[in-house]
Amino acid sequence: MTIGIVVFPGSNCDADTHHALRGVLGQDARYVWHQETSLDGLDAVILPGGFSYGDYLRAGAIAATSPVMRALRGYAAAGGPVLGICNGFQTLVEMRLLPGALLLNAPGEFRCQHVRIRVERTDTPFTCAMREGDVLRVPIAHGEGRYYASDRELARLTLERQIAFRYCDAAGHVTLAASPNGAIDNIAGVASVSGTVLGLMPHPERASEAIVGSADGLRIFESLARWIAAHPVREAVMRARPAGPAAQAGASGEAR
Amino acid sequence: MTAGGPAATASSATAWLRTVRVTVQLKPGVLDAQGQAIKKGLDALGHGGVTALRAGRYYEIQMPDAPDLEARIRAMCEGLLANTLIEDFRYDVE
Repeated sequence: MTIGIVVFPGSNCDADTHHALRGVLGQDARYVWHQETSLDGLDAVILPGGFSYGDYLRAGAIAATSPVMRALRGYAAAGGPVLGICNGFQTLVEMRLLPGALLLNAPGEFRCQHVRIRVERTDTPFTCAMREGDVLRVPIAHGEGRYYASDRELARLTLERQIAFRYCDAAGHVTLAASPNGAIDNIAGVASVSGTVLGLMPHPERASEAIVGSADGLRIFESLARWIAAHPVREAVMRARPAGPAAQAGASGEAR
Repeated sequence: MTAGGPAATASSATAWLRTVRVTVQLKPGVLDAQGQAIKKGLDALGHGGVTALRAGRYYEIQMPDAPDLEARIRAMCEGLLANTLIEDFRYDVE
């Protein structure tokens, strides 16, 4: 079982994620440089937090054009689990692998604080060891985290159960005051329709040991380990490879 | 072209170069937190009469002229320069 952590120029949570996976959970993990063109042999891929390319243009927009992202489209299309954390989430929405967009926080400020998020969907590789309604205490650190979707997109997200996490209070109530950034519908994380691609603004890797104030984030990585053990992802992705290049060409040629 | 400017003395190759000016702004209705912060700054400097301010980005692009120039500009805007879910773009070519 090997989990890949993609490193872009400006990533800064890659080592934290590696530590949470390998140091805390004892899972095999390796770094993947953004110029690599293959994700062969990986059981899951994580896009870590940070400030890829200095957030130039729009957060995640330049990282979305990296060579490794062409491979990621094929990997995701074949059902490989992909997790985007903070800047990784911003990159996934810029690639249109997840719906919506992430805008400058409504207060116009960078927010660095602990928040609580409620688990809204549990049939994903990243939430399968949780129960719906569980509350996780995890930190955020972002300037552009206000999730936005048009009314029509939001209706579709709700219908397809794509909302994975919502900002909430300690009791699990989703209130306006619990949202640190003005995200629409308090959305903190969304998933693809199948659930195998998921992005969230909070940093689970920074809440993976009690000594740093919370170990709630570890449940996301524990879910992933459990999912991988139960689903032969690598074989499935390998089997899908003959169709890979065509699917990839179609995806990258898609108009944005 | 500016009369008597560098273009007048440039080699014939540059005559084929066009300057494209692209402006990108958040769509109307999408909260512009940056624009609001800038407006507050203007208020603080005593320019209280400003009723609305929308921020945006501006690009100057030089590229060779081509029959499909406008289609290429639109593809660049839709593919990278603007996120058309949340932003509008407009351009002019000189």
